[in-house]
Amino acid sequence: MDGELKDFLKASKLELGGAVAALGDGHWRYGVDDNKIGWLVLDRTDASVNTISDAVLRELERHIEQIEADPPRALVMRSAKSAGFAAGADIRALATMDADETEKLLKEGHALLHRLEGLSCPTIAAIHGAALGAGFELALACDYRIAITGASFGLPEVRLGLHPGLAGTVRLPELIGPLAAMEMMLTGKTAHTKRAKEIGIVDLIVEERHLRPAVLAIAQGKVGKHNRGVMAKAFDLSAARSLAAERMRRETQKKAPKEHYPAPYALIDNWAQHGNDRDLMQEDEITSFAKLLQTDTSKNLIRAFMLRQTLKQGGQATDNIAKVHVIGAGIMGAEIAAWAAMQGKHVSVTDPDETALGQMVKQAMRICKDAHKDSLATRDTLDRLMPDPQGYGLRHADLVIEAGPENPETKASIFADLAKQMKAGAILATNTSSLQLAGLTDHVPDKARFAGLHFFNPVSKVPLVEVVSHKGTSADTRDRLMGFCTAIDRLPVAVADAPGFLVNRALMPYLLEALLLMDEGISKTRIDRAALDFGMPMGPVTLADQVGLDICLDVAESLNKSLDTPIAEIPSMLREKVEAGDLGRKTGRGFYDWSDGTPKPDSDDKISFDLTDRLILPMLNACAYCLREGVVGSVDELDAAMIFATGFAPFRGGPMQYAQARGHVALHARLKEFEKSHGVRFAPDPYWSKDA
Amino acid sequence: MTAREVFLVDGARTPFLKVRGKRGPFTPVDLAVQSGRPLLARQPFAPDAFDMVILGCVNVIADEMNPARVAALRLGMGAEMVAFTVQINCGSGMQSIDTAFRTIREGSGDLILAGGAEALSHAPLVLRDDAVDWLAGMQSASGPLATAQNAVQIRPRHLKPVVGLERGLTDPITDLSMGQTAEVLAHHFGITRAMSDAYAVESHKRLASAQHSGTLSTEVMPAFDKEGSVYKYDDGVRADSAVDKLGNLKPVFEKPYGQVTAGNSSQVTDGASWCILASGDAVKQHNLTPIARLVDSEWAALDPSVMGLGPVMSATPLLSRHGFGRDDIDLWEINEAFAAQVLACLAAWQDENFCRDVLGLKDTFGMIPREQLNIHGGAISMGHPVGTSGNRIVLHLANALHATGGKRGVASECIGGGQGGAMILEAV
Repeated sequence: MDGELKDFLKASKLELGGAVAALGDGHWRYGVDDNKIGWLVLDRTDASVNTISDAVLRELERHIEQIEADPPRALVMRSAKSAGFAAGADIRALATMDADETEKLLKEGHALLHRLEGLSCPTIAAIHGAALGAGFELALACDYRIAITGASFGLPEVRLGLHPGLAGTVRLPELIGPLAAMEMMLTGKTAHTKRAKEIGIVDLIVEERHLRPAVLAIAQGKVGKHNRGVMAKAFDLSAARSLAAERMRRETQKKAPKEHYPAPYALIDNWAQHGNDRDLMQEDEITSFAKLLQTDTSKNLIRAFMLRQTLKQGGQATDNIAKVHVIGAGIMGAEIAAWAAMQGKHVSVTDPDETALGQMVKQAMRICKDAHKDSLATRDTLDRLMPDPQGYGLRHADLVIEAGPENPETKASIFADLAKQMKAGAILATNTSSLQLAGLTDHVPDKARFAGLHFFNPVSKVPLVEVVSHKGTSADTRDRLMGFCTAIDRLPVAVADAPGFLVNRALMPYLLEALLLMDEGISKTRIDRAALDFGMPMGPVTLADQVGLDICLDVAESLNKSLDTPIAEIPSMLREKVEAGDLGRKTGRGFYDWSDGTPKPDSDDKISFDLTDRLILPMLNACAYCLREGVVGSVDELDAAMIFATGFAPFRGGPMQYAQARGHVALHARLKEFEKSHGVRFAPDPYWSKDA
Repeated sequence: MTAREVFLVDGARTPFLKVRGKRGPFTPVDLAVQSGRPLLARQPFAPDAFDMVILGCVNVIADEMNPARVAALRLGMGAEMVAFTVQINCGSGMQSIDTAFRTIREGSGDLILAGGAEALSHAPLVLRDDAVDWLAGMQSASGPLATAQNAVQIRPRHLKPVVGLERGLTDPITDLSMGQTAEVLAHHFGITRAMSDAYAVESHKRLASAQHSGTLSTEVMPAFDKEGSVYKYDDGVRADSAVDKLGNLKPVFEKPYGQVTAGNSSQVTDGASWCILASGDAVKQHNLTPIARLVDSEWAALDPSVMGLGPVMSATPLLSRHGFGRDDIDLWEINEAFAAQVLACLAAWQDENFCRDVLGLKDTFGMIPREQLNIHGGAISMGHPVGTSGNRIVLHLANALHATGGKRGVASECIGGGQGGAMILEAV
């Protein structure tokens, strides 16, 4: 009965006003209500989420024409999709256009929004959910914006190597002042409901049930418009803009160096030059956008964005997992459990040490805070996260995640205990990073329902999860685990049960090579700087410290044992550090001193291409191996996994995309060269010459 | 086993946490969730299988009105779970069990979750009445003149709140605090300071021993707060308690000549407890293994100034009704509101005149051996979360009968305001 009640209430949720009864088979519907207010509703016929495509804009033009001829008392624009207002432009379509096509489309778009802006009646955008990119720009062209509680706003184009292209670079500064607007556009960050009101993006925040009376109040002139403030006027002066622009360039350089990310600097330059001239600014926006769209960076960032969708697609199956039981509340187990609970799963966690369980609860509080959860959502998360020293939750669990010590005997004995208590059909997944599943299957309750769920540290910040299938894992088990990952807002990649799976297999040679270079006398800061300049988010030596030198040693040794292809010798300095107890970040010292926080390697030494290649080539070779051996299913999945697990330079599109750009033939030759001078570990993988 | 017999299937409680000045880490519902969560997880049936939830709670906080329902929802028992809160002062935790018992017995339910929860550390500060009036005046004053006129009426005493707990523990009819009623009983029944202190020491020793022997491991569920702290044991216990240490304490309710001290009284404490009650039908349907059968219950009322005799006034007619005498009972749980109060009950049952004239018995009821009474400690060593204790003593009685191989036991408590509640349990 309660389920039926919930369904009934869901059905009548969105206020569509006069458009409720409107007929039509287009993406937009228009209807006028009893108060003579026009409701123009966007409801794409071919998608569950609104994106602003060419067809959407053309239809909008026809509706605007009719409205110009017969204006209502006020015009409300909103979405009929439960998902939200509009998620931006149709990226897939954009990615295929050339510069001329793009300019033409944008000019038409600008003209259309100009017409919308010029309507004689007051125009009101009512936003629920997310209004991003072009969707937000549409709302900006209206006179008023009403946010339904939970609405969010952003212009994330910079994350695709672009900047706003439908006059957002003009209208947002006009609305909220140039400094706040530039910050939003340079970071691509989202402003949520309350914050959006504070900075002036929205005029009102209401619940869905108050939308009609709020719209009427605006139509009756009872609601004032936001004023962008006196300070904003100062930036009409070009000298003021120059100064601000310099600071913006400096700040941006720290996170997005100009050599790799041209878009933010184009935006800053445009604003500095034309910030006080609306028309010039808009023209420049169009040509700049069209140019940026053709850059490699933009193409690669758009590819990375679509790769994220690819991974999500892999997790479309229903997981049928409501209750999770986690064994082990260590660094990984605690955060896996807390994250899953925050995402709505009921989680029970065992650990022989109750203090660890207490720390897990404290960590859950921190994770909720970082995710901006309010006190109710935090309370509910903690209620769903049950410390379970006696293991009561085990027999009700749909999924058991083993996150115990990396020791085959320990795991074997944990698995043996589970057989008596796990319910029929429940899945057992291990978070092992260095052991192979094949060596563990003898002790599991049901081989078909045994797999690996390899999370990365820290779970709340690294979205990728490797879903590992051994030879006997059923397709249903794999699909349910992929579905589980998307259900808890992580990105799954299906991999085979090979040593190091995919990510560690690719990273380890890169890390070991860095240590060998240190052995050869090259400073760790220079090595790390080389990787940072290449576009990695963190240098290999810093990364080794971060992961933990004991874990690196574990993985390196296990790879050495199980691989036929040679990888680097394990340098003695790694063993020495582990023996001395300098394990890296977790002990406060490894190769770097972590007592003052994350090290920031600076080096004035010249970074040679040779040095960078010494680091990157082993990683590429390992990726090739993984593709050839079928550890991962496709080039796209590999690139996606490496970008989302390691932060591999996204503007390069991923390791295989980078290899493609360099050319397999050139790579093969370079590897052979290094094999001669540095050793057999550089022998080119047969993958590079397979199409020769 | 008949369809309508009522069984205690399982139960669990939080560790009892002494109130030490500031607000404790858990609200009443937090405590209910901390103990209810693992209890529900270890049942073979789903949390929504219950027919209703009943919770005793005296100090309900404003953010958790009808804490039974808030707890039921937070425990994931589903939006369709009926839940209500009951209050009969110290008897609230037993009243929830009794209501469940009668409901199941008459056929209106098969599976009921009945508990008690109390967070005395969250007892509100209460403003004096004239301070409340002043505030109301400030709220309704309109215009600067009226506001100023009201403002000047403030007095220093308005800023001194009264601890709500103090007022809550004072009987409104007689104006005696609970501790004072114990002093009255001590006087009537010849209980000395030495006897009370010796009793109190024994309570601490027994609880300390039970904690170490693992006796409470299935009954007490560890609690975890947001700061990461873990609470495993009742923390008011003093394993080193000794008669000479207690002898140094001054009387706390009637200075300077009284004999009831902080050391021989129950402690002010936070804690929650739950019992799962099931009909014979439910036991069969879910394949359960009950711990005990609820035989019967009785509530009695008496002069508030001697409320401590509540156990005597309720347990005696209950036992008589079933033809049971002292020898038919293997274990007793009598809530230790005050050592003097428990000892007064024992003395009353051995007093010829009292038994004949007040209880209507032919003979004295008899002496209850100390080895059968509160064998693992009580409210003096573990604390008395007011709305919870009645629930705990029933649960613990059932567990203790199992642990000792006893057949039949009585759980009983005195109730502020002049009442008493008692239950008979039989092991199964």
